[in-house]
Amino acid sequence: MSEILKPAADWELKSILAQLGEQNLPVEIVGAGTKRAIGHPVMAAAVITTASLRGISLYEPTELVMSARAGTPVSQVEAELASRGQMLPFEPLDYGPALASRPGLQTIGAVFATNNSGSRRITVGSARDHLIGVRGVNGRAEIFKSGGRVMKNVTGYDVARGLTGSWGTLAVLTEVTFKVAPLPDDVATIVYSGLPEDLAIELMSLAMGTPYEVSGTVHLTPAHAARIATPPLAGETTSLTALRVENFMKSVRYRKGRLIETLKAYGQPVELDLEASLGFWGEIRRMAFAPASDAILWRVSTSPRKAAELVATLRRHMPVEATYDWSGGLVWLEIPDCADAGAADIRRAVAIAGGHSTLIRAREAVRREVEVFQPQAPAIEKLSRGLKQAFDPRGLLNPGRMYQTM
Amino acid sequence: MSSIALPDPELSVLDRREAIVKDLVAIAGVGAVIADDDGRRAYETDAFTAYKRMPLAVVLPETTESVAAVLGYCHANGIKVVPRGAGTSLCGGALPAEDAVVIGVSRMNKVLEVDTVARFARVQTGITNLAISAAVGPSGFFYAPDPSSQLACTLAGNIAMNSGGAHCLKYGVTTNNVLGVKMVMMDGSIVEIGGEHLDAEGYDFLALIIGSEGQLGIVTEATVRILRQAEGARPMLIGFESTAKASICVSRIIASGIVPVAIEFMDRPAIEVCEAFAKAGYPLDVEALLIVEVEGSEEEIADRLAYIAGLAQEVGPSSLVISADDAQSAKIWKGRKSAFGAIGRKADYLCMDGTIPLSQLTYVLEEISNICKRYGLGVANVFHAGDGNLHPLIMYDANDPRQAERAEQAGADILRLCVAAGGCLTGEHGVGIEKRDLMRVQFSDMDLAQQMRIKSLFDERWLLNPAKVFPLDGRPLPASRPAEPAIAAE
Repeated sequence: MSEILKPAADWELKSILAQLGEQNLPVEIVGAGTKRAIGHPVMAAAVITTASLRGISLYEPTELVMSARAGTPVSQVEAELASRGQMLPFEPLDYGPALASRPGLQTIGAVFATNNSGSRRITVGSARDHLIGVRGVNGRAEIFKSGGRVMKNVTGYDVARGLTGSWGTLAVLTEVTFKVAPLPDDVATIVYSGLPEDLAIELMSLAMGTPYEVSGTVHLTPAHAARIATPPLAGETTSLTALRVENFMKSVRYRKGRLIETLKAYGQPVELDLEASLGFWGEIRRMAFAPASDAILWRVSTSPRKAAELVATLRRHMPVEATYDWSGGLVWLEIPDCADAGAADIRRAVAIAGGHSTLIRAREAVRREVEVFQPQAPAIEKLSRGLKQAFDPRGLLNPGRMYQTM
Repeated sequence: MSSIALPDPELSVLDRREAIVKDLVAIAGVGAVIADDDGRRAYETDAFTAYKRMPLAVVLPETTESVAAVLGYCHANGIKVVPRGAGTSLCGGALPAEDAVVIGVSRMNKVLEVDTVARFARVQTGITNLAISAAVGPSGFFYAPDPSSQLACTLAGNIAMNSGGAHCLKYGVTTNNVLGVKMVMMDGSIVEIGGEHLDAEGYDFLALIIGSEGQLGIVTEATVRILRQAEGARPMLIGFESTAKASICVSRIIASGIVPVAIEFMDRPAIEVCEAFAKAGYPLDVEALLIVEVEGSEEEIADRLAYIAGLAQEVGPSSLVISADDAQSAKIWKGRKSAFGAIGRKADYLCMDGTIPLSQLTYVLEEISNICKRYGLGVANVFHAGDGNLHPLIMYDANDPRQAERAEQAGADILRLCVAAGGCLTGEHGVGIEKRDLMRVQFSDMDLAQQMRIKSLFDERWLLNPAKVFPLDGRPLPASRPAEPAIAAE
């Protein structure tokens, strides 16, 4: 059993990392641990959690900016934002239900450390796009900051954004500052049934090419659609393709009408009102389409043009259920458990289509063997190694989690 | 002006100039190398014109491979390189050095691929910002970041500086709109990062490269996000008798749950100059003017403008005018975007670029006015109020060295004020040489060391765009000669 360390201040974290550094003891870095099952298992004698670095340190609704200590639960951040009619625009996913832990525990630091963005990313940008400042401690046990609390800031290199998606392997974030946005007055969703994947992606891309600011586009294959519980979609047996518009009421009504008209060749959609829309997109955020099971789950990022073909290619090798988000640019692939998690076939298909793939759910034994994150080109690997060296020369932080030898 | 220290050139490089030029011609071709005095003089400065340095030579390659060959040669021979887009930097980001080769990307300006289904454009980075939107405009799309210099500035420069623009309140800045790059490293190797997909894999090198002021590599191609144009857009002009009222109005609009596509602010001196230039119908009897723009269909626009007008009425505006038609809208934006140029016709100016938290706006504007008064200089303010990115234009006479020095001092005081108010030194123009020696006002030595380690990772010998961004002292490697003490404008 690893020792669990819970620093409550930057200096305490600094002193812990300095001690570990002196003894060359690697350490696993976690927030609430909801995504601990993603990545290679980290071999470390100790665990540092940001759980005691908690609290919202700055919130200026009139400036659309918030700072929170890294261990603050996203649920607390969102409750505070909602009390002033605001939200996290990039609606981070909650991996909890897909990875057999409870929903609602994820910390705000982890959202940025993993660049976790949901469906609205396609219109408003990713978690990384909303991050404007960090404080943290690197593997050298140095406290540093980057960015700040203002929206526009090009002073020096963008180290804050450079740390997003580094999964705790470069530095431990202790405080994050990010842009927030007003909650829309109204939300509507139109849902098309029974479209095959290629047509669904065509529809979603067409919708994104309209001026109606569609803020969510997903397509679920029948088995995934069947897991949606929001009425009136519950019990659906065919595929579902959903488009979301959000704005003030008059605008939502107008834009929904225009979309249905523009896309009428694809059939008559079911319309979800505000409540049903919040229910449905909430389920997408909690990954209700892929609840915890033995099945393998992959996340593939590619061009919307290539997504359907990529999945069709894979179906020649294995049964695949898929949920497409970001108008087809993000594909969640669910396949039956197998020895290499389908890595060889999936990586080959992704190499042809362009993009990258990450193994999100698999048994620990599988994750030990398979490259969980997309293998890097040699030139990029060299840079990654150098970056790791620049932040964490002794390799203390989450060793091997992203890349086995790093 | 000469208060910003620039290292003396390396004599060993200057002595080899003839041989270096010959080699460059052999590598890049005679048509790509500019070595004569007149030709080089066109490159001796950028839009921060107070500083000039004649470059060793200028190379304008036409391919990524040619850039790679030149960089590889310079790397092997320890020759410094200054990358250049259109040379519109306001902070000396493209200022050459006598012992450095300028590599300009201006001849690499082709659109390589446009995909309106996957919504990206792949372009060579010598293309101007506006030319990207022009290329995708006929299909109803646009490239979002819109710096005022967009007619001239290149995407390469935008990437180097992480440029913003008037509409980034809604659409973000360059780093939010670039999906992938092809970049030549200082050693001449070519790397590709990101692509057509929305999130690049692995460590976020794009974040580090964009905004690194050309110090990590030369980006020759980029894949940028293109967005569908709104059905329409219309600005309104709201004038106030005081800047305090204008800034209350900005806060109220944002707190109300509306994020307009732009909220621009001008004070009286700026309004007068811009109105004389653009005849846009700006009110001339107000102390502060807001340009607020919303997008959507005719009805949506009318609805939102009416709502914003309602909010503004509560603050008590002196005038409130909604743009009558597209022609007036164009004039309103023309006035705003030519503000710097129009003021430049009246006086020389230094343009500051600090960002502050909006809640500090009234206080900071008052202090800016006090600072400039103290130095006996005029100031005009025209800036992006929605995001707190100030642009005080300090007016002075460049022919009077004492005035010029006072202007620099006033500028430094203003930037210190911005940092003290919770903001930063530069919101979109970059550090360059101009703010290099103020970096410690914002960052600790440890913060800077972390950034400099990234610089060393990409360019171990610090040959790329030297003497910029970081204070000359405290760099991890000894410069080629002992660094001069940085003379901050005290």
